[in-house]
Amino acid sequence: MTEKLVVVGAGMASGRMLEHLFEAEPNAFDVTLFGAEPRGNYNRIMLSPVLAGEKTFEQIVTHDADWYAANRVTCRFGETVTKIDRKRKVILTARGEARYDKLVIATGSAPFIIPVAGRDLPGVMAFRDLDDVNTMVAAAEKPNARAVVIGGGLLGLEAAAALRGRGMEVVVLHLMGHLMERQLDPAAGYLLRKELEDRGIRIHTEAQTKAILGDERVEAVLLDDGTIYPADIVVMAVGIRPETRIATDAGLHVERGIVVNDHMTSSDPDILAIGECVEHESICYGLVAPLYDMAKVAARALVREDAAFRPVETATQLKVTGVSLYSAGDFAEADDREEIVLRDASAGVYKRLVLKDNRIMGAVLYGETSDGGWFFDMLKKGTDVSDMRETLIFGQAFQGGAQLDPMAAVAALPDDAEICGCNGVCKGTIIGAIAGKGLASLDDVRAHTKASASCGTCTGLVEQLLSLTLGDTYNPAAVTPVCGCTDLGHDDVRRLIRAKRLKSIPAVMQELEWKTSCGCAKCRPALNYYLVSDWPDEYADDYQSRFINERVHANIQKDGTYSVVPRMWGGVTSSAELRAIADVVDKFDIPAVKVTGGQRIDMLGIRKQDLPAVWAELSKAGFVSGHAYAKGLRTVKTCVGSDWCRFGTQDSTGLGIRIEKFMWGSWTPAKVKMAVSGCPRNCAEATCKDVGVICVESGFEIHFAGAAGLDIKGTEKLGLVRSEDEALEHIVALVQMYREQGHYLERIYKWAKRIGYDEVRRQIMDDADRRKAYFDRFVFSQKFAQVDPWSERASGKDKHEFRSMATLSLEAAE
Amino acid sequence: MMRMTGQEWVPIGTLHDIPQRGARCVRNGDMTIAVFRTTDDRVFALEDKCPHRAGPLSQGIVHDGCVTCPLHNWVISLETGRAQGADEGGTATFAVRLEGQRILLALPCGSASAIAESCDHG
Repeated sequence: MTEKLVVVGAGMASGRMLEHLFEAEPNAFDVTLFGAEPRGNYNRIMLSPVLAGEKTFEQIVTHDADWYAANRVTCRFGETVTKIDRKRKVILTARGEARYDKLVIATGSAPFIIPVAGRDLPGVMAFRDLDDVNTMVAAAEKPNARAVVIGGGLLGLEAAAALRGRGMEVVVLHLMGHLMERQLDPAAGYLLRKELEDRGIRIHTEAQTKAILGDERVEAVLLDDGTIYPADIVVMAVGIRPETRIATDAGLHVERGIVVNDHMTSSDPDILAIGECVEHESICYGLVAPLYDMAKVAARALVREDAAFRPVETATQLKVTGVSLYSAGDFAEADDREEIVLRDASAGVYKRLVLKDNRIMGAVLYGETSDGGWFFDMLKKGTDVSDMRETLIFGQAFQGGAQLDPMAAVAALPDDAEICGCNGVCKGTIIGAIAGKGLASLDDVRAHTKASASCGTCTGLVEQLLSLTLGDTYNPAAVTPVCGCTDLGHDDVRRLIRAKRLKSIPAVMQELEWKTSCGCAKCRPALNYYLVSDWPDEYADDYQSRFINERVHANIQKDGTYSVVPRMWGGVTSSAELRAIADVVDKFDIPAVKVTGGQRIDMLGIRKQDLPAVWAELSKAGFVSGHAYAKGLRTVKTCVGSDWCRFGTQDSTGLGIRIEKFMWGSWTPAKVKMAVSGCPRNCAEATCKDVGVICVESGFEIHFAGAAGLDIKGTEKLGLVRSEDEALEHIVALVQMYREQGHYLERIYKWAKRIGYDEVRRQIMDDADRRKAYFDRFVFSQKFAQVDPWSERASGKDKHEFRSMATLSLEAAE
Repeated sequence: MMRMTGQEWVPIGTLHDIPQRGARCVRNGDMTIAVFRTTDDRVFALEDKCPHRAGPLSQGIVHDGCVTCPLHNWVISLETGRAQGADEGGTATFAVRLEGQRILLALPCGSASAIAESCDHG
């Protein structure tokens, strides 16, 4: 009969142990997995990026329902184990019990809550699991919300940066004199503090928390020195303690953690323990690499293979996007130690190596961390560095001469160099797997070797190994990058602009590590649009990043002249307007006048220097720009509708004019053309437009995602609404959804196909709250967009655009 | 008078006349010269004519040391006037010198006189 294995705790260690177990002997055990959280194993160290909005929870799940099913694991999530009965070999929960032959305790750790008054108030939380993250995200949505983070260690700072990124006012209270004192020396701690303060995070060191204040819920934090920081939430991140209660109650040997031997076995031979809840040779571990080692050893022990856990050196990296920080080993000062320090204040770089007997004992790198792995490798191996002492601090590339090519540095690494610190994967293993198993992508490598599958900071190295091994056949970009200036795709860029609250093109390029100094003609207009769309009130439009047509509000022609199209609302005009156009054509000697496909009049062949004067004349007659040049609302084409047509069911002309007056001036990812037809005969050709309306007796049928250009495509039906007001609200919400999600230059029909027509219908037709929210955001952005660019320029704005800088006359030849 | 060969430096305006990552035009007889200012305040001058279809380079987007032509997106080096990437061709370049804020443009000797119409300092 199959032995019964019960695992208590569904964290990172137990998930990894089960993987190793099923790999070794898939049928050895009948496994039951208990987890206190109502969900399965996920990558807890990636909660910070989830909190920062850079990843979704789905992206950090390590084992899903399919995996448990495939391995016949009985999952009992949300069920807390309360007791172990070692005599009967059962574990008990509130809902029942489970018998075991072997038991693995992987209860992890509990956040340490400092024992001050008010610690139980609602709003005081830890940063430990997804529920904490969700609570923090919800708190950050309130405008001007304030957070106090107690604890300036790894976890506290990641939480602080993420909350700040979500727009909260954040104060970090830290008991010690400098941040992350266990990993950083004071100098690096100072640089880190400066960086975080520059982001608007307030840091209070040597802060002794006296009490948490509040009646119904938390309102403020009081320090011993009398300082009071108001707070909507308080995040406790002062440390963790091993969660050992059930082991203690069961009479197992417990000190700080559950005491285990080299085989991860507790004082009861049938009970193993792994992860943050254990103590091995008087050490408790909190970083992921040793926990994974424990998982491997425990899996071996369960199938009676020999393996032993050995204490390991660990290295730390802070997961705050934009901050590079690496720390490993021991860097305390002592008489028999020497140090090598490199500071480059202008580049914000600080590097410090601590040596003893010509061997690296510790390394702290700030600002430039690419050599961290190399130093750590030598640290672990005890490499004698006397030959390269002089240049050691300049890193690996320097040793081989002037190698600046990162590929060369990776190529030069020995096969046993560790690439992935979290999972202990060395270069040889990765290259072997790529070649041996025919791996072609980062995901393949992660699936087969686990390299870069945890914290992800070695992703770059793994990608370099892929291209080193596969050469040109390796295509790293599963998503198409925006352009050659970045590896990020449009979706990533848009998400990061919001998550990191980036509000200028230089900020985007800096924070998202653009490869060029000022972008290119592809990415700059895209970034400019994304920023205009996301921060309508705060972003200062960068005209030099707009295509010439949007810069001068006219369409450039093949000979360098321009065409001008005044707005005619809904395609309706008058004798006065036509007369004004005729006068302008005569006055400026405009060579061509043409009626456009969108029911407008186009004047072609205007010299650039004449544009402001042309606009001034047109403005006098009441015209505004027709935006015929814009990635924005172009035209709403209409038929004459119930006013004149014997078949007309509704006032299609009136609705078209109303839509156009409401929406003109808005910028969109690509041009938007609309039409309103007064009956299903559809004379305005609404069913091949980006958005179209077909009026019927019972109301207004809204259509979207049509195309009649490079591609020809009939529209999809969004739905039927009763009134004009509803039609306007639905159309505006739809366009706002597209404004927020579309890739630059992606027309509505491509965007809608990408995200799914049903999803659009669900959000716009079925979800009234969401529709209203889209509508309100559009209305807000229009406050800043509905300014007629023509009258602005006729009054002198940007006049440098329209005049020569100088005119030099020819000298008469002698 | 003897015909001179060489260059004549002509003042055309000041650095502030040109927006960063932008361009202004200088007319010299039939020719239009586009004067570019980069994000790090370097100044370059090219004939305002893309080697592809004669598009006005002065109207393009300026990025790093290049301008992208507004007509068909050819990318032209501001320094050499050569088309970048797979495209081939080049446009004439003119030497430019900054004297403090003043921009001087080098023209072949005898092709220009002093400024007839003064610069626009808008």
